[in-house]
Parts: sequence; C-alpha cells; structure tokens
Amino acid sequence: MDPRLKIIDKRLAGIKRIIAVSGGKGGIGKSLTASVLALTLSRLGHRVGLLDLDLSAPSLHVILGIEGIYPKEEKGIIPPEVHGVEFMSIVYFTGDKPSPLRGIDISNAMLELLAVTRWSSLDFLVVDTPPGIGDATMDVIRWMKRAEFLVMTTSSKVALETVKKVIKMLTELNVPIIGVIENMKMGDSEVVKEALKEVPILGEIDFDDKIEDLIGDVNKLLESDFAASVKEIALKI
Amino acid sequence: MHEWALAEAVIATVIEESRKEGLEEITKIKIKIGELQQIETEIFEFALNELTKAQGTSLLTKMKVEMDTERAIFRCRVCGNEWGFDDAGLSEDENEAIHFAPEVAHAYIRCPSCKSPDFEVLQGRGVSIESIKGRG
Ligand SMILES: Nc1ncnc2c1ncn2[C@@H]1O[C@H](COP(=O)(O)OP(=O)(O)OP(=O)(O)O)[C@@H](O)[C@H]1O
Ligand SMILES: [Mg+2]
Ligand SMILES: [Zn+2]
Repeated sequence: MDPRLKIIDKRLAGIKRIIAVSGGKGGIGKSLTASVLALTLSRLGHRVGLLDLDLSAPSLHVILGIEGIYPKEEKGIIPPEVHGVEFMSIVYFTGDKPSPLRGIDISNAMLELLAVTRWSSLDFLVVDTPPGIGDATMDVIRWMKRAEFLVMTTSSKVALETVKKVIKMLTELNVPIIGVIENMKMGDSEVVKEALKEVPILGEIDFDDKIEDLIGDVNKLLESDFAASVKEIALKI
Repeated sequence: MHEWALAEAVIATVIEESRKEGLEEITKIKIKIGELQQIETEIFEFALNELTKAQGTSLLTKMKVEMDTERAIFRCRVCGNEWGFDDAGLSEDENEAIHFAPEVAHAYIRCPSCKSPDFEVLQGRGVSIESIKGRG
C-alpha cells in the first residue's frame, strides 16, 4: 500500500475547483493561458493556486518571471505566493538542469509533488499539463479526481485532429470538460466550432503579436489583449 | 520525501485501513522506504509520534513502527551499468532537492560509466506500508 495515495485527497481537500488546462498539441498556448488564467482569477478576488505538471519542460516560472524563489518547508512544502498566486513547480528542485523523466518517473514525481505540497484553502487550483493524453494527463484524471478540463486548440487541422481525441477520451472517462478555448485565432474561421460540436466553445483568443515581449512581466502581461480575452473566459468558468 | 508528509500519509492510511478492518487498536505496522526518498528516520519517528498524539484516540497509542530502508539501485538504460546512491557523490543541495522530490535524481545523477542520465531506478524508491497488525 502506498501511503502517498491517501494523502493526496487530503492535500486537495481545501480546494474548491481544480482546473486542468489541456490540449492535443504542443505550443498552442496552454501554459500561457494557464498562467494568465490563474493571475486573472486572483485579480478577480479568488484564492488561487497554480501547479506546473509539465515536469520535463516546466515553463510557468518563465511566464511569471520568477527567479530565486524557493518554497518554505513546514510539515511538507508550502508553495510560495507569486503575484498573488500560490505557485508550485518541479523547477524549485531541478533549477536549470534537464531532468529526463520517462513514464514511471513522471508518475512518481507527480505523486511526490501532490503528496508533499500543502496548499492553503483555495477557490481554484489551475493545473498546466503537457500536450496530449500522456502520463501527466492520465495521472491528473487518476489522482486529482475532481479536475475539470479546459481544452485548448488552434484552428490548425493538426491540432484539431488531436484535440478531438483528447475530448473523446475525457468524455469516455466521464471527466468534466468546462469547454474549449480556441487560441491564436486569425480571421473569423468557424472551423473549430464546426469540428468540435459536442463541447461548448468557451472563448477565443486572437493571435497577439505583442505577447512574446511581455512574457516574464506579469503586470504588462495582464494588460495585453491576450489577458483581456482570458478574463472573459475566466468570468464564464 | 518530506518526513512530515510521509508521517501524515502513513497515519491517514493506517486509520482508514483500521476502519475498513474494524480494528480498535493498531499494534504494529511495517513500512518499507526507498533510499531515494532520503528520509531521516529520527525526524520521521518524531513526526509520527507528534501526529499520533494529535489524533487524540487510543487507536494508535500502542502502535510500533518497523521501518526497513531499501537500498537504491540504478541501472543505466544505455550501457546496462548498475550503481547505488552513495556512488552518485551528490552535493548537499542536490541531496536536499532529491529529498523533496526523489525523481529529480534524474537531474543530478549520471551513469558513472557512460555519463547517461537515462537510467531506471531498479529498487529503492517510493514508500509502502507492508503490513498493519492490530486488535479488533
Ligand atoms: N494568442 C497568442 N498569440 C501569440 N502568441 C501566443 C499566443 N498564445 C501563445 N503564444 C505563444 O506561443 C508559444 C507557446 O505557448 P505555450 O508555451 O503557452 O504553449 P503550450 O501549449 O503550453 O506548449 P507546450 O505544449 O510545449 O507546453 C509561446 O511563445 C507563447 O508566447
Ligand atoms: Mg506548456
Ligand atoms: Zn551507462
């Protein structure tokens, strides 16, 4: 019997809603959206946590512009508060070192992070996941049983083809899907709406050619068009 | 793994199991801990004690804890070489990182023979409660 499994439910018990940001393909804006969503929910007055579960390629700390912050040790690990959001990432322990993790290692690392992290009572825990239906996503479903999914895509045929499978799998497993977000929208194409009829389209985020320069600067990031679209979505969640 | 988190996890598990089994008093549990978890036995026992007291029930007051640490063995997926935790020669900071999140060993340990980071942990990771004994 693995005692860590028992403690996970207890660790997550004080969290009202767990929102996993997911999607079929890489590079479609999951991490940026997860970060801006967490910051926005916090600015709207909610208590918010943000968890980076992209264990081989964590990137939320870059988006949040965090350096030299380390969690406090107190009967476990207390995630530090960054820009009003409790933030947990494996990067605290790996720094800039690559950590090549294979399937079983990812599950084990995630189990440890979930078992050891002591969130305070939160309204939302936003969880960033790596692309597709891989280890992290399957473990979110297995261990964070109340997680609701925000599914991201672009209008690219390649992204759509894969996101359909993600949606099918979540549906098959009875995992709640809050809705789909279409990111990097250019023009008024309806392809996403047409391709994904069975799930609500929660919002659209236009391609924002200024966003890249704002990465790492939270205040400017929150003033962007990107953030304005995310706020509309946040209000619907 | 953090000792307090582990102790809390063990107690939560033992309590739930004792309910399932209808036990009134737990007399002994056996825990196996992987060396990679980097658990300090004294801190763990202290935490277990404190948390037991805080429970305020007689369920755990007689509980004896038997702990067995399983040596970590790594095997390189590239060249097949096997080695142990002590061979890794880690710094204090690296050890601390591994203590909090054992899997980050992959960031700090390399195969002593071919320098690959692609190794598997053959044994000596994770924690498990091997047995729970008590009276109904
Ligand atoms: N609406 C947008 N307009 C312009 N650039 C964007 C937009 N959304 C995201 N980006 C940029 O696209 C890149 C990838 O974003 P992000 O890292 O959030 O994607 P991801 O889906 O998390 O990728 P991965 O699957 O690799 O984790 C980033 O450089 C980000 O700034
Ligand atoms: Mg990402
Ligand atoms: Zn080797």
